[in-house]
Amino acid sequence: MIRGRGLEKRFGRKRVLTGVDVDVPRGGFAMVTGSNGSGKTTLLRLLAGLARPTRGELDVGVDRSRLGYLAHEPLVYRELTAIENLDLFGRLYRVPERRERIGMVLERFSLWDARHDRVSTYSRGMTQRLALCRTLLHDPELIVLDEPYSALDESGATLLDHELEALAAERTLVVSTHDPDRIALLATTTVALG
Amino acid sequence: MTYLADVVALTRKDLRIELRGRDTLPAMLLFVLATLVVFHFALPEQSGSGAAYGLLWVAIVFTALLGLARAWVPEHEHRVLDGLVLAPCDRSAIWVGKALATFAFLVAAQVVALPVFAAFFEPLDATALVGVLLADVGICAVGSLMSAMAAAGRSREVLLPLLVLPLAIPLVVGGVGTAVSADPVRFLLFLALYDGVFAVLSWASFEYVVTE
Repeated sequence: MIRGRGLEKRFGRKRVLTGVDVDVPRGGFAMVTGSNGSGKTTLLRLLAGLARPTRGELDVGVDRSRLGYLAHEPLVYRELTAIENLDLFGRLYRVPERRERIGMVLERFSLWDARHDRVSTYSRGMTQRLALCRTLLHDPELIVLDEPYSALDESGATLLDHELEALAAERTLVVSTHDPDRIALLATTTVALG
Repeated sequence: MTYLADVVALTRKDLRIELRGRDTLPAMLLFVLATLVVFHFALPEQSGSGAAYGLLWVAIVFTALLGLARAWVPEHEHRVLDGLVLAPCDRSAIWVGKALATFAFLVAAQVVALPVFAAFFEPLDATALVGVLLADVGICAVGSLMSAMAAAGRSREVLLPLLVLPLAIPLVVGGVGTAVSADPVRFLLFLALYDGVFAVLSWASFEYVVTE
């Protein structure tokens, strides 16, 4: 599904990625590891189509309607409630049976009771769970997750463990992490940077 | 129809955020009213209506700038713009939604400001009001694009006026012309032409502004 050869990314004179190769087959689970500043986020932004490689070839086998991307930032509006955010993205992604689907993802990530609260009142962990809801709302085929465990408490992390286990069986995943042990058993490929 | 639905969803989102946060419209209202009060005392009594109309347009342009400076702030908090750009909708719908919301805020500010202008100076006739609306369309169309460009940079407060003000000069010329000229229709047509050309250019180029 993803094939990248000799990927390089520069920001001005600063070279963030150099000669990175990535191969993730359909249904695969790629774990991206590396120290701070090694280019994990940049690589994931390339895969999501938010940035273009300066050099190299990259082929991602899905269009953006079938891609779910969890960034460092939650990509949700602080002044809107969880349900308003998901309704907006559900409309833009043309999610069928939108209301039911929104209810389902909010339940899955234990946010149903806080659905009418503004995101600005959420804790970091709740915001991260809402970001996961937004990422998975349209049931994407390729899921790109940048440090999904950040800000999650132990119960949130355990919830995400179960989600990733379920998703790994039927979707293609690329996950960057500082804690490789947590997802090592699920990973079929490892991309080590830096 | 889906394009229209996307635009409606995006505009409604902006209006809802403003209703909740009240970050933009009150500031625009206060600014335009304060400016008109200052002009009322600053303008010598023997000044003609032409000077007053000119000052009105200064107030309108700078009020619009205030709104435009805030326009993309919600998208840059939490980097929501990345989320919108990734959505499979036509990216120009994001610009249309933002331009419509900014237009709504500007018109709302003018609904209060123009009667105040009429009380301090003199009322605008129907042709001049149409001129104001046409100029609003132009400044929101161009301004929303320029504001998106400026917001991507570090010094957006400095960059935005530098980008918008030169492009707003024809709108000021047209707007003042509709109020003071003996042939205002010529200026209305000029404003309509400006709106058409710059709306199409902004619509077509927005995707390149928000993607790498």
